[in-house]
Amino acid sequence: MSHHDHAVAERAPQDVAELPKDRVSRFDAELPAIVGRYPPDHQEAAMLPALRLAQEIFDWLSPAVQKLVADRLGAPVLRAEEVATFYVMYHTHPVGRHVVEVCTNVSCALTGGFDIFEHLKARLGVENGGTTRDGRITLRQVECLGSCATAPAMLVDEEMHERLTPEAVDRILGGLK
Amino acid sequence: MSEIFVLTKRWPKKDPSLAGYRADGGYRSLEKALSMKPEEIVEQVKISNLRGRGGAGFPTGVKWTFLPKDVRPRYLCVNADESEPGTCKDRYVIEFDPHSLVEGIAITCYALDIHLAYIYIRGEFAKQARVLDQALAEARAAGLIGPKIAGRDFALEVHVARGAGAYICGEESALMESLEGKKGYPRFKPPFPAIVGLWGKPTIINNVETLANLPWIVEHGGAAFAALGAPKSGGTRLFCVSGNVKRPGIYEKPVHYNLKKLIVEDCGGPPSGLPVKAVIPGGSSSPVLRGDEIDVSMEFDALKAAGTMAGSGGVIVMDESVCMVRALSRIAMFYAEESCGQCTPCRQGTPWMEQILERLEHGEGTRADVELLEQLPGNIMGQTICALGDAAAMPVQSFVKKFKKEFLDHVEHRGCPLGDKAWGVYRETREALIGGIRQ
Repeated sequence: MSHHDHAVAERAPQDVAELPKDRVSRFDAELPAIVGRYPPDHQEAAMLPALRLAQEIFDWLSPAVQKLVADRLGAPVLRAEEVATFYVMYHTHPVGRHVVEVCTNVSCALTGGFDIFEHLKARLGVENGGTTRDGRITLRQVECLGSCATAPAMLVDEEMHERLTPEAVDRILGGLK
Repeated sequence: MSEIFVLTKRWPKKDPSLAGYRADGGYRSLEKALSMKPEEIVEQVKISNLRGRGGAGFPTGVKWTFLPKDVRPRYLCVNADESEPGTCKDRYVIEFDPHSLVEGIAITCYALDIHLAYIYIRGEFAKQARVLDQALAEARAAGLIGPKIAGRDFALEVHVARGAGAYICGEESALMESLEGKKGYPRFKPPFPAIVGLWGKPTIINNVETLANLPWIVEHGGAAFAALGAPKSGGTRLFCVSGNVKRPGIYEKPVHYNLKKLIVEDCGGPPSGLPVKAVIPGGSSSPVLRGDEIDVSMEFDALKAAGTMAGSGGVIVMDESVCMVRALSRIAMFYAEESCGQCTPCRQGTPWMEQILERLEHGEGTRADVELLEQLPGNIMGQTICALGDAAAMPVQSFVKKFKKEFLDHVEHRGCPLGDKAWGVYRETREALIGGIRQ
């Protein structure tokens, strides 16, 4: 973690009361539809989709957001924390406005995946896991995205881009505000 | 004999809607199934010799009979976690023909007296999750799922559950843990999920491709499906070919199709014109084959006899320009990253193997390192709760065994003899052929 990230993390909201009220209301309004997919006596099962919803609304899963999700599902805070830190798609530290995730696993590597990753690092001036100074883009190297026959591939904000070339990558980056 | 397409017959139409599916006769198999006794459907699936397409290749009908007779509720979990490197087929079943999966789910649930099913799909498949939600909404609106499916006195609800980035959740007991809202730690087996599964209840877990075969089996009968394949292994399957081939893609072929024919004739071989050096036949966990070992049937038992696995159907092709140490080091990095951390041999052993391979690739390895790579995997295999330990060990064992000279060359040359371009020669744009569709 860089010095900058650490400073942000120290200001991270710790309690539900610190979270913006309008966003908490939105979370509370959208949560029942998610919980409704599970049997009434198994509401805790909604932990993964509830954390995803929370991440969409609050941008990342601060300790306060983890507490909010645990509270609403009647689960221990520890449960929210262990799930949030186990799965790579949850952000427990602030990220850029866009997240770019490049696969470098074998099928992508055989078709230039590492070159795409190096190209992105050079273009953005960041290393793996880093965020551009303007807070626009976080870059991550990730594992197989299931796009092996149409490799190399990357996700941009969870949308797949396939058969990448450095030129295609530049066009995609240009479209990110 | 002309080719028969069970799974990809509708793909070139690119109309995934309910209307399009019905226009081609979709959901008639569900109607037929609902007029049959549930046990008759199970019997047809047994006769079909359908084997699980997720990797293990276990006979589907046999798995179904493990359900205890008198315990309810039972659940169905559809495994759409598709994370095994080299595997990219279930996503296309969902993208091009989601109702074939929904119909397969409905038939399965009727056959097994299941009233609640979840499709657990990897988090990275955002688009595919949307396609499924849309298909389920269409099916619900048309009364094909819901309180009375197709007007019969049978209730069925199906939900999509998205993962959040963890290879281990493709392992069936980790999948259930994740579905219960926990981190994906695999469970001890036995008890198997059919006895003690989701929320402690009997649970059947089947792969997407496995279930998408169900409408065809009900329509044509189990014997017709069995006849498409080899003895004890029926049907066609989706082979995903990636790496150094001219036409990578998804090819629906009989389960016992020849691996070399697929790579050389269907996919055109390496675009470089160089010989095939190595092939991973069933996803990155399966032991590697040398180029001179690929003239084999891809059927489960045939590849087992060849010392490897049919696995998930993910065929990764590498030509002579690719460094085996580099390729294996990347595979080792994957398992080190994805080990869930529950069992010590896997948690500690996978990063250790990765570090040794990195040393070798960068010219800092010794002969003792190569010997260590021969022994170490054996101390992981069979020593862990789930199969990830074995999955991490098998590639290391097989690469070192089959390409030992190349590993020793890295020691002697103090680095990679193939140089900086160790990922070999590749062309930037290639046409993929996805179930007959040019991409």
